[in-house]
Amino acid sequence: MKIKLTVNGKVHEVQIDPGEMLLDVLRRLGYKSVRRSCDSASCGNCTVLVGGKPILSCITFAASVNNCSIETVEGLSNIKELHPIQEAILEAGGSQCGYCISGLTLTIKSFLSENPDPTEEEIKKALVGNLCRCTGYESQIKAVKLASKKLRGEKK
Amino acid sequence: MSEKRKFNHINKNEIKVDGPSILKGKPVYTDDFDFPNALHVVLVRSTYPHAKIKKINTEKAIKVPGVVEVLTHEDVPQKIFTRAGQGYPEPSPYDSFILSKKVRYVGDPVAIVAAETINAARTAANKVEVEYEKLEPVLDFKKATVEGAPVIHDEEGTKDIHDPKKNIASHYEMEVGNTDEVMNSCDYVVEKTYHINTQLHAMMEPHVSISYYDSNGRLVVITSTQVPFHARRILSMLFDIPVRNIRVIKPRIGGGFGGKQAVHVEPYVTAVTLKTGRPARMVLERPEVSMATNIRHEMEFRATVGASKDGTIKALSLDGLSNTGAYGEHALTVFMVAGSKTLPLYNKVEAVRFRGDVVYTNLPPAGAYRGYGAPQGLFALDCVIDELAVELGVDPLELKQKNAIKEGETSPIFKIMGEGTEGVEQVVRSCKLDECIEKGRDLINWDEKIKDKEKTGKKVRGIGCALAMQGSGIAKVDMGAASLKVNEDGSVNLHLGATDLGTGSDTIMAQIVAETLDIPVNKVIVYSSDTDMTPFDVGAYASSTTYVSGNAVMKAAENLKNKIKEKAACYLNTNPENIGIKNQQAINKENGEKISFSDLFTKLFYTFEQEQLMASSSFVGNESPPPYLATFAEVEVDLETGKVDIIKIISFADCGTPINPIQAKGQLEGATMQGLGWALYEVVKYDRRGRMLTNDFFTYKIPSRRDYKKMECYLVDSYEPTGPFGAKSIAEIGIDTPIPAIANAIYNATGIRLRETPFSSEKLLMEILKKEI
Repeated sequence: MKIKLTVNGKVHEVQIDPGEMLLDVLRRLGYKSVRRSCDSASCGNCTVLVGGKPILSCITFAASVNNCSIETVEGLSNIKELHPIQEAILEAGGSQCGYCISGLTLTIKSFLSENPDPTEEEIKKALVGNLCRCTGYESQIKAVKLASKKLRGEKK
Repeated sequence: MSEKRKFNHINKNEIKVDGPSILKGKPVYTDDFDFPNALHVVLVRSTYPHAKIKKINTEKAIKVPGVVEVLTHEDVPQKIFTRAGQGYPEPSPYDSFILSKKVRYVGDPVAIVAAETINAARTAANKVEVEYEKLEPVLDFKKATVEGAPVIHDEEGTKDIHDPKKNIASHYEMEVGNTDEVMNSCDYVVEKTYHINTQLHAMMEPHVSISYYDSNGRLVVITSTQVPFHARRILSMLFDIPVRNIRVIKPRIGGGFGGKQAVHVEPYVTAVTLKTGRPARMVLERPEVSMATNIRHEMEFRATVGASKDGTIKALSLDGLSNTGAYGEHALTVFMVAGSKTLPLYNKVEAVRFRGDVVYTNLPPAGAYRGYGAPQGLFALDCVIDELAVELGVDPLELKQKNAIKEGETSPIFKIMGEGTEGVEQVVRSCKLDECIEKGRDLINWDEKIKDKEKTGKKVRGIGCALAMQGSGIAKVDMGAASLKVNEDGSVNLHLGATDLGTGSDTIMAQIVAETLDIPVNKVIVYSSDTDMTPFDVGAYASSTTYVSGNAVMKAAENLKNKIKEKAACYLNTNPENIGIKNQQAINKENGEKISFSDLFTKLFYTFEQEQLMASSSFVGNESPPPYLATFAEVEVDLETGKVDIIKIISFADCGTPINPIQAKGQLEGATMQGLGWALYEVVKYDRRGRMLTNDFFTYKIPSRRDYKKMECYLVDSYEPTGPFGAKSIAEIGIDTPIPAIANAIYNATGIRLRETPFSSEKLLMEILKKEI
């Protein structure tokens, strides 16, 4: 079957198998930042934004997001510059192996757009569905606080 | 004595060199690479824990549209080997096959299926019919050596199995002095048994390998591994391909923690490429990662400590049993480290003994895992000393500190116990454990809280401490090498074998070169872990990268610096001794004349004394300087439910100079969280047939962001004279202390000693009810 996906502003008309998950379709289209880790909706690594809201692409049928607008991290930065959230993660040491980072970045983006000045508790709660095995989470909390400052223009 | 050293690029929080590409979502991990013609490889796996394979019928599987090959043990070399990624000859039993005629755990590979699509491969795998002759399994490691227990490794040709008929993979014993005699002379003797459960690595990226023939007919394997050079050697041996015709490349990988310090996937894709001539790709599914790669060695220790009434620990003994599962990779070495990286901490004893067996069971094979035996040994050692403190009526922190090793001291165990072999004598040149203890004691408010336990209704708080050491590489064994070459713009290419698994090693190596040559970090272009392009390195394990590979990089940079000075001297008409290097320039110290690196290197390419300036070096450590750690845990126990909440966990570590403090701290934080999960949340369960049930993230609970309240990790100022710019290591040690610190805190809160991990609420509640608190 054929579906239409707008990914980071680009329109894709793509032939899919009805049973295909969004994760595999996106990777087929070249969006390799979307990655499979647990394949059972329990780690958040595969998170993408659909209509600005985080969803788990490993258990979302591609057909169910036909005609939707999808964001992946490839759309956040351009050739030269990183998005402030990406900068903040790097500056705070929030990325070690990096495998959880694509999903985490998008969840952070969606969260900060709704809560631009969150407390530590609110950060932990919002990101609880994004597991990370490397960092122990502390540096990522700092990253979110730093990102929120950058987005509010308080820090470069 | 703490010294503040001034560095330009060391002890600086440089952004990771691979950071931007990862954040941008670039295709940098193994499965991100497209190979349109690649076959998808899937394994058929045993559903029984112990059985002989009588017949494999592949007819139906072959008929599935899109299936190209189905390989059984008859189609692959029957070479016996160890999967362990260790130096050759490996100190692990040779007891494994690519595909065996017998299965030894639920998940053991039985057949290899290769197909045009992943769905065809999976469909076909389900259609492979295997006839088994079921055998009695051993599912409890305490029953492995019992009379009449089924023999797990009865095949021909095994090597270095201590006693296969009794399922003993390895055995080790050592003694200094006469332990029994000294114990008998002690005023206080405490003997307790501790059991530490297994653990899953749960790294975020599943294991994946891709193999193919390049245009010159050489086998290339791109793989998510911690040990590319060992992988190359093992593939060469298994398939009789000369090493020169194999190239192994490690791109970015998504974590390992020891779970990728073995060849788990590479032989299967290689078998398919060799048979078909086509590229082959295999990505493990999460349940396979959990149950069919490696897990943590479950261990039990009877720990005995003897002391005089003034609190001097005079004798220590650890008697252990380790569960290595179905195959023996890392069996002996992990067990030895349970003693070699714990007992030297209390070096003032008159006698010390460490011994035990590592046994086979029909459970998933255990292997390398961060800490590598030290956390298991330390649970027993630290807690038995904590219990001794109660007998003596003294503060456990004071007791441990008083007896702990100090800078300038040594322990006979350094010489006796290496990893799989004898060790190396060494004196502790840097040890800031006292400072770690003082700072931690202060921050958690130890002196006050150890006396007054906070109780609010049915919730009670308590604090506990634990001290640890580890190592920095395996002395006289682990080797790393690096090479450098210059470019016209004053930059250098750094090629090194050392393996970055997210640890940031590429970045710190760039910092080491930058510091030595006084050039910006962004002028060091790092390329690592490619057996064709980079010099040898044992790989990422034993906390060796910063110390061993870092020293190689530093020496290579120093060699290059000397060559730069020579050429600059030639150009500036003086002697090399008069040349100073500063800020990307070579300066004649006598008259101030100078030339920039970019100018000099350009001239050296085209017009002046033409030469490609290059330098290289290898390094193998003569010692393995331990990092040190003091961890303090504050817990809150709900007496009505037995639930343990972590209020605070604080760690202070001495890792020598942190090359990149944020990255070093990140290692400590990550390891602490992993230890916390192991203590409280991570439980592996099997069904009655030995099938791992907890093989995904729903059932196996690694800590989430809300599973702790406060975690604070700090590094104290220290300098290791034999390390690159004073660095030691940090990657593993953090996971050693959370279990004992939390156990000790639970005791402080409730008076209950939990000597079995995990410290579940059910377990604790039962004890609370028994004690009627």
